[in-house]
Amino acid sequence: MKARIYITLRAGVLDPQGKAVVASLKTLGFDEVNDARIGKFIELELDGAPREAAIERIGKMCEKLLANTVIENYRIEVD
Amino acid sequence: MKFGIIVFPGSNCDHDCYHAVKHVFGCEAEFVWHKSESLDGFDCVILPGGFSYGDYLRTGAIARFSPVMSAVQAFAKKGGLVLGICNGFQILAEAGLLPGVLMRNSGLKFICKGVSLRVENNTSAFTSAYAKGQIVNIPIAHADGNYYADDDTIKMLEDSGRIAFRYCLADGSDAPDAAPNGSRANIAAILNEAGNVMGTMPHPERASEATLGQTGGRAVFESLLKGFV
Repeated sequence: MKARIYITLRAGVLDPQGKAVVASLKTLGFDEVNDARIGKFIELELDGAPREAAIERIGKMCEKLLANTVIENYRIEVD
Repeated sequence: MKFGIIVFPGSNCDHDCYHAVKHVFGCEAEFVWHKSESLDGFDCVILPGGFSYGDYLRTGAIARFSPVMSAVQAFAKKGGLVLGICNGFQILAEAGLLPGVLMRNSGLKFICKGVSLRVENNTSAFTSAYAKGQIVNIPIAHADGNYYADDDTIKMLEDSGRIAFRYCLADGSDAPDAAPNGSRANIAAILNEAGNVMGTMPHPERASEATLGQTGGRAVFESLLKGFV
């Protein structure tokens, strides 16, 4: 099975990369851009398992390793 | 006093630390490969700077699960002295031995230069040879040294005197942007609650003898030795 994990910065955490991207977009004439938040996207290939059990395991992976919950949130999608 | 210097795949300041404690300060020192599961016999363990596991995922995120880190956790819990420098600080933060996280520098660039620091706490095992409020110059060399923690954690660190070094202007005064990397509250080094674990982004080992051009970091090692007698 496949899982997709979206890791994003928590609200209130400054994102220097996002700020640089906004500035660059504005330089290119995309004045409508007000903010950019840059995160990570992780695809996992997993052994098949019941959907709920898989999501629970992936949640543990996120808590332990894939995300740092001091600054990041995560969202899991499973096919 | 016997130092253990942990070597992760990608550590690159391990030899600098070894040189400082062994040749500059005349202490016993041994490298400890990250697969080791014991820290028996050491009085102080140093997690050196570098790019453990290529900084993949997040700085320190993978190294913190190296086998030796269970031993570091146990060593710290028993009151053993643990000093994390640069990548070592990042690993200790990921491991939860220190609060907060080191994010990408606010200017997005790798910064390698001497910085001015103010000693905020001179009562710890790592800083007792400094004077409180002393201004010292120690180099930094990192891309991810932007200290972040939530408001409550910053306040807790402030209130409990757990900020060891703070970035400041050359004359010692505060400025909102004194931190070259965007760190909250200009934090450069912090202590754990018990005071036996310190994480520092500046590299004291690179400022530990006159030959290196700077000696502002000497007192970190002098503090450790002083406390050991």
